[in-house]
Parts: sequence; structure tokens; C-alpha cells
Amino acid sequence: MSDWQVKYKSSLKDRGTEGILKLREGILLFVPNDPTSDSKLKVLTPNIKSQKYTKEGSKKPAWLNLSNKQGDSHIFEFQNYQDMHACRALITKALAKCEEEQPKKPAAVLTSAEQLSIADLELRFKVLRENIELQRLHKEFVETKVLTEDEFWATRKKLLGKDSIRKSKQQVGLKSMMVSGIKPSTDGRTNRVTFNLTSEIIFQIFAEKPAVRQAFINYVPSKMTEKDFWTKYFRAEYLYSTKNTAVAAAEAAEDEELAVFLKPDEILAQEARQKIRRVDPTLDMEADQGDDYTHLMDHGIQRDGTMDVVEPQNGQFRRSLLQDLNRHAAVVLEGRNIGKHLFAPPSILSSYVFHDVDSENTRSVAEALARVKQVSKADGETTKDANQERLARMSRLAEMEDLQAPQNFPLAPLSIKDPRDYFESQQGNVVNEPRGAGTLKRNVHEAYGSLKESILEIRTKGLRDPLIKPEVAFEVLFYPVVFRSLTQTISTAKNIIGKNPRESFLDRLPKSTRDEVLHHWTSIQELLKHFWSSYPITTTYLHTKVGKLKDAMSNSYSQLEAMKESVQSELRHQLSLLVRPMQQALDAAFQHYDADLQRRTAKSARGSAGEANGSV
Amino acid sequence: MASVASKLYSDDVSLLVLLLDTNPLFWDTTSTTFSQFLSHVLAFLNAVLGLNQLNQVVVIATGYSSCDYVYDSSLTSNVSSESRGARMPALFGSLLEKLEDFIGRDAELAEGDEHVDRIASSLLSGSLSMALCYIQRVFRSGHLHPQPRILCLQGSPDGPEQYVAVMNSIFSAQRLMVPIDSCYIGTQNSAFLQQASYITGGVHHAPKQLDGLFQFLTTIFATDLHTRGFVQLPKPVGVDFRASCFCHKKTIDMGYVCSVCLSIFCEHHKKCSTCGSVFGQSKLDAANASSSVNDRKRRAPDS
Repeated sequence: MSDWQVKYKSSLKDRGTEGILKLREGILLFVPNDPTSDSKLKVLTPNIKSQKYTKEGSKKPAWLNLSNKQGDSHIFEFQNYQDMHACRALITKALAKCEEEQPKKPAAVLTSAEQLSIADLELRFKVLRENIELQRLHKEFVETKVLTEDEFWATRKKLLGKDSIRKSKQQVGLKSMMVSGIKPSTDGRTNRVTFNLTSEIIFQIFAEKPAVRQAFINYVPSKMTEKDFWTKYFRAEYLYSTKNTAVAAAEAAEDEELAVFLKPDEILAQEARQKIRRVDPTLDMEADQGDDYTHLMDHGIQRDGTMDVVEPQNGQFRRSLLQDLNRHAAVVLEGRNIGKHLFAPPSILSSYVFHDVDSENTRSVAEALARVKQVSKADGETTKDANQERLARMSRLAEMEDLQAPQNFPLAPLSIKDPRDYFESQQGNVVNEPRGAGTLKRNVHEAYGSLKESILEIRTKGLRDPLIKPEVAFEVLFYPVVFRSLTQTISTAKNIIGKNPRESFLDRLPKSTRDEVLHHWTSIQELLKHFWSSYPITTTYLHTKVGKLKDAMSNSYSQLEAMKESVQSELRHQLSLLVRPMQQALDAAFQHYDADLQRRTAKSARGSAGEANGSV
Repeated sequence: MASVASKLYSDDVSLLVLLLDTNPLFWDTTSTTFSQFLSHVLAFLNAVLGLNQLNQVVVIATGYSSCDYVYDSSLTSNVSSESRGARMPALFGSLLEKLEDFIGRDAELAEGDEHVDRIASSLLSGSLSMALCYIQRVFRSGHLHPQPRILCLQGSPDGPEQYVAVMNSIFSAQRLMVPIDSCYIGTQNSAFLQQASYITGGVHHAPKQLDGLFQFLTTIFATDLHTRGFVQLPKPVGVDFRASCFCHKKTIDMGYVCSVCLSIFCEHHKKCSTCGSVFGQSKLDAANASSSVNDRKRRAPDS
């Protein structure tokens, strides 16, 4: 049945108009009983963002609060809770169906280009306006369709500002504040102490105190409700804080469940004992007696810093600050791995259900933690075989050399061959380079003579002073890599302008040529950057991109040639020296392109030839 | 106990064995003179010795027809007694003396062998072997020794007749865990040096500017083995793995390999000259023979 009698309220204070709520394919329709009233409502199910509902058991009427994506909320008052729950279930089912269908649509819309927001585009324009060089590059390449917008900006993310780079979501870790630091709010008048419980705190309590977790799984909801459970827990905490061990003992004797909270944590103690048993004494000491912090009673400092003498029979009802601290630190260090799996909703239903402390969710937290502990315990369990292996390893490591039996290794007999065979066979015919013996002798003689002269020279003159000229050292510093050599030629030219008042070569060029040269330098760098980054070619997109880049590069090459010819003859040599590294870089790129193309056509030719053969 | 003793030397103590190329035919043809080259090298040696008080340097001269030890920093008789050349640091007085004597001896040997015409290569294999022998002696002297490495300063081209000997030295260096760094200052590529550095885990570099050789040497080759873990040294773009054939000593990149001893031949042989194993009929010939028979058989039903 998908029709219900409801009262529709636009806000909590509204009295509500009676009517019928219908749920159809993808639409929620409210038709008021009174045809004259104008509060007809049609809500598309995909627009519903979340539902809230009032709990059964509270004195409030059965309300269902739907909020849609625009932020409005609609409240429907049902006649009874059953109706409300039925409606809620149907709505969540419909929403789940919508969720499935929805992801397919966006994929079709966003193909290759990112969807840019208006702000992004504005930012890009701003950057282009400010940097004229960049604007020129942009005009040259993006508008002639050699590079796409995205490729152009892909390497310039820093210019676009750090906000455009999506920050990876950081996972929030555990709080270092201890659970016992939760202070309740006390109401002096009515003598009530109120604790505020959030799921965070519950998670922390379960992680730190496995006995409490176990008790939760056992008692709730079979023996008591969750509220009672937490009440008892906080009563136990309160008893601890009062340091009144006599009262604690008395209450523990009375109330069995309370006693669970007051006893020392058995599960923890067991884990610590296991850890100690598992340690291999020959390896590093991972755990030792000190890890068993549940039994460190000798310090005796209580949680609020006071020292106290402990009576032996009530000793178990106290916990020291050290124990709490150690346990808390251990849990914080373990981290949030458990939480990650817990809060992923098992079904869409729970993600749309609003709750603060829902018993079913807390239970799932407790059970998940218990499961994780089980798994880790099973891994580390000391079975009989593991024990045997440990003992064997210990005896091996602790063995004493002199007490071992003599070891007789298997021997292989020597077979000594005549080494002369090997050496003689290596002296084959040596390929002779035709050179007159006489001339060689003379050359050698002269060469040795000059070598001896050199040594004499250095003995008299000593080491060179200075050993390296500063310009040479500077060049050596920027020595490696193709791009750097480009930079080097231009920047040494530029630097000489700055450093020495000597007239530099770049100054002598007419202004237009100089600008052209510098522009070519930046544009060639840009092109080469994109060219080399698209190898190896794996997709057709890269293939077309490389083709376009190659055309642009050959264009640049011919422009450089033209520039060289246009300049005056006296400057031509210097200009060609300046331009040469750029041309060399372009040549290398062309070579690579041709070689790659050849390889591909050869491969495809071979492939098709092979097919032809196979078919015959 | 053994490991404790060797820890008394800190990690960055090194023994540098420098193989200096003194091939006159090469030095005749370069623009940099040998004296300029020597000044860079001597300053570099000083720098290496200055890095750590316990560092040691050994220099072996690689000549045209012979090799010899020219300098050992651990010997005390290094200070030259002669008064001329007061500008030269006294530390290297004996180095230069011995170098001069060595070159004289090398010249005499070269005059003797006039019938041997070969590519003007220096005896790299000889000096590598001498270096490895010295290092082996250091290893056997006890647990307390610096970490050895070999630096090869070469300008002459590779002599393919030395291929087998050089490869043997490289593999022994690899076994001893001694890296061979190489600095090639000649014009062509040296396949031997590239392979040596690649196989033994050393650094290969071919500086283009010989004016700044000292800078290259100190920034790339002066780092000791422990520090190399933190420093980014130049990596080669590719390694030239060409070998020389064992029969003619030609450089080849495709050939026949004996499956027993891995010797390389440029043409088909009936018997391996190194290990004596007889080669069977090659699969290629067998396939050709049988396929021609099959073709004849296949064509029959068609027609």
C-alpha cells in the first residue's frame, strides 16, 4: 500500500493539513483532503537528500521529515508508527534505485575535458593577462589547435593557484584525550550527572576496554537496554573517581553487571600474557614484563595525581593513572583502521537514517572491533608447531661452534686443464689498419717527446693558476641535459649583459630578431616538453597529438632557418651558434619520431604479412 | 669479532686507485695539453687526500706498451729531494719523477715493436689487472682497510684485442665488489668503460669541457662509497654493450655464441676455440632443408 493518511506540516510549528501521501514511480505526491487548500506537494525522489524520523517510544507523534537538495524540509505526521516505517522503507528503496541509475549519467557528460568552473576560467584569463609571454605561447599553440587547453595548463598548476589542486582528504586520527577525561555536566539542583555520549566516544571506549566491549555484546539487548548499559558504565566510572573502594566493593557484590566494569580488564591481561609468551628471546625484545601494564600497581598514582595506600582485598577495584595512560596510548598508536570499515554503510538504508545513539549501530561497532581482535589473535596464536619451530630456532642461534660435530662437505675432484690452450687460442688474427710502419715510428717518437716536455713544464711551472676560470666553472655547473644546454647558451648571453658592461651579442641584434629568438626559445621548450612526454605512444589521442606537435616543430625549424638568413652577414655566424642547440634539440626529436614511425610500420607490415602467410 | 675490528675505520675512508692514461698518440691529438691535464688531476688527488686523514691514493700509469705504479700515498718516501721545481707541491714531486721515468721506459718499448700496427689504444687491461692485484693485497692485509675503488681516466679509444682481458678484469672487480668509475675524455664513445662502470656499479661520465676537468672530478668522482647513497650522481642514458669477436677481435653487435663457455664469434665455426666443444648443425640450416621438402609435398595436392 503506498497511500497513507497524513498531516503535512511545512515546519514544526505548523498545525498541519490533512491529506493523502502517495508514493509512485519516482514521485512523492501529497494531496490535501481539502481541495481548496494549496499545499499540494510533489517531490521527485532523486531530490530527497535525507529523511529524519521520530523514535518509537518517545511521546512524540510519528513524524517523517524529508529534506531535499534545495534545503527545504517537509514534515509528515503519520497516524501510527507502522505507517511511518513502511513509508520510510519504501522511500529508501526508491532512493537506492535512483542512486544506481544516477552514476551512469555523469560519466557520459564529462568525457575528456574537465568541467571547468567559472572561477577557474577567470583565474586562467587573469594569469594570461598578467604574463605576456605566456599569453603569446597560449595564442600560438592553443588557438592553432596544436595543444589543448588542458595540456597547456597541465604543467602550470602552480600558476593557477594551489586551490585548484585537489587536496587529498586527510584521515582524522584518534583523539589523544583520554576517555576518562570526559567530564560530565552536573546539575547541582537535581543531583543529576549527565554524560554526553557520541559515537566517537563509544568507539574509543570499546577500543580501550575490551571487557566493556565484550559485556556490551553479551548484555545488550538481551539483558538490558543500551541506555541502562551506559548508565551502569558511568556509575562504575564515577565510583572509580570517588576512590571509595569500600563502596565499590559493596556495589560490585550487589550488581553483577556493575562488577564487570569494576573488575580489572581480563581480556587485556590475557592479551599481554600472550604477547610475552610469543616473544622469541633470541630476537629483539618486542614485549616484556613491562607491557603487562594492567598489573603495575606499585606506582599507585591515581588518575587525579594523588597517591594512595591500597587495601589488599579491594585492590582490584582501583586503576592507576599509568594503566589508563598506557592503554590509551596503545590504542591511539594502533590507529583508525577499524573505524574505516565500520562506518561504511552496509546498505543505503543506514546512511539515510538519522540517529545519535542507535543501539544497532553501536552494536555493530562493538562486534566489528571484536572481530578484528579475533583475527589478529588467530594470526598470532601459538600453536604447537609454532612452539616447536621457535625452540628449534633458539637452539640454532645459541649454538657454540666448538661443540659442533665436524662437518664433512661433499668434495668435487679437481680437473686442471692446460692453461696454454686457452691463451693461445685467443691470439687470433688481429685486424690491421693500413699504416706505414715508418710513419708510425716517427709519430710515436715525436709523441713521446712532447709528453716528456709537458711533464717538464709542469715540474717547473707548478699547477695551473687559476685551476678553473669562473665562467668555465659556471658552465660546468649547468652542464647536463638537453633543456639545460639551451638555457645555458641563452642565459650566458643574458648574464653577460648583466655581469659585464661589455656589449653582448644579443644587444647587437635588431630588436625584432632578438624578440623572435627569445620567443622561439620558449616555444620550442614548450613543444619539446609536450612531445617527449607523450612517448611511448599508446593511444590514438597521443598519436594525433604527436603529429600536431611535429608539424608545429617543423614550422619552428623553418622559421629559425629563415631568421638565420634574414640577419646581416656579420652577425650570422653568432646567431647560428646561438640557434644551434635549439635546432639540435629539434633534430633529436624528429629523429626519434621517424625511428618510432618506422618501427611501427615495420611491425604492422610484419603483422599483416604474418597473417597472410597463416591464412595460406 | 671480525666485524667489530673493521668498524674502527669510519665509513668514508677510501682507497682510490687512479689509472692515468699516458698514451702519447692520444695526447698528441687533443687540444688540452698533458700538463694542463696533470694539474687538474694533481689538484684532484690533493682534494681526495684532504677529505679524510686515512684516505689513500695509488696512481698507475697506463702507457702505450706498458703500465706501472707511479705513486702510492701510503709510502713515506714521497717527498722529493730535489730543489728545482720549488713551485710544485712537494707531495707530488716523486709522482712526477716516476712518471717521467715510466714514459722513458715506455718509449723504449714502443720503439722495439714497430711491426705492430694497431689502433692507438692504451693498455687498459694491464693497468686494471695491476689495480686489482693491489686491491687484493690490501684486502688480505687484515680487517682494517679503507674501501677501495678504481677511477679510470681514459682518453684513448678501446682496443678490441683487449676485450677478453678487460672483461675478465671487470668481472673480477665485480666479484671483489670494487666499483670502477670511469671518466672518458676522448672524442668517441668507450664501450669498455661504460660496461665496466655499469657492471661493477660505478659512475661513468664523459665531460665535454676539459677546461673544467677538476670540477668534474671533484663533484662526481671524489665521493666515497658510503656517501654515494645520498648523492645523485649522473646516470648514463644507455650503455654500449657491443663486444669484440674472439676470432678476429672486431667489434660486433650480432654474432654466434658458444652455449658452453659463452665465447662470441662473428662467423659460423665447427668447433669452439675456447672450450673445444663441437657445434651441431645449426637449427636454421636444418629448418631450411626440411621446409623445402615440405613445400614440394604441399604443392603436389594443389596442382
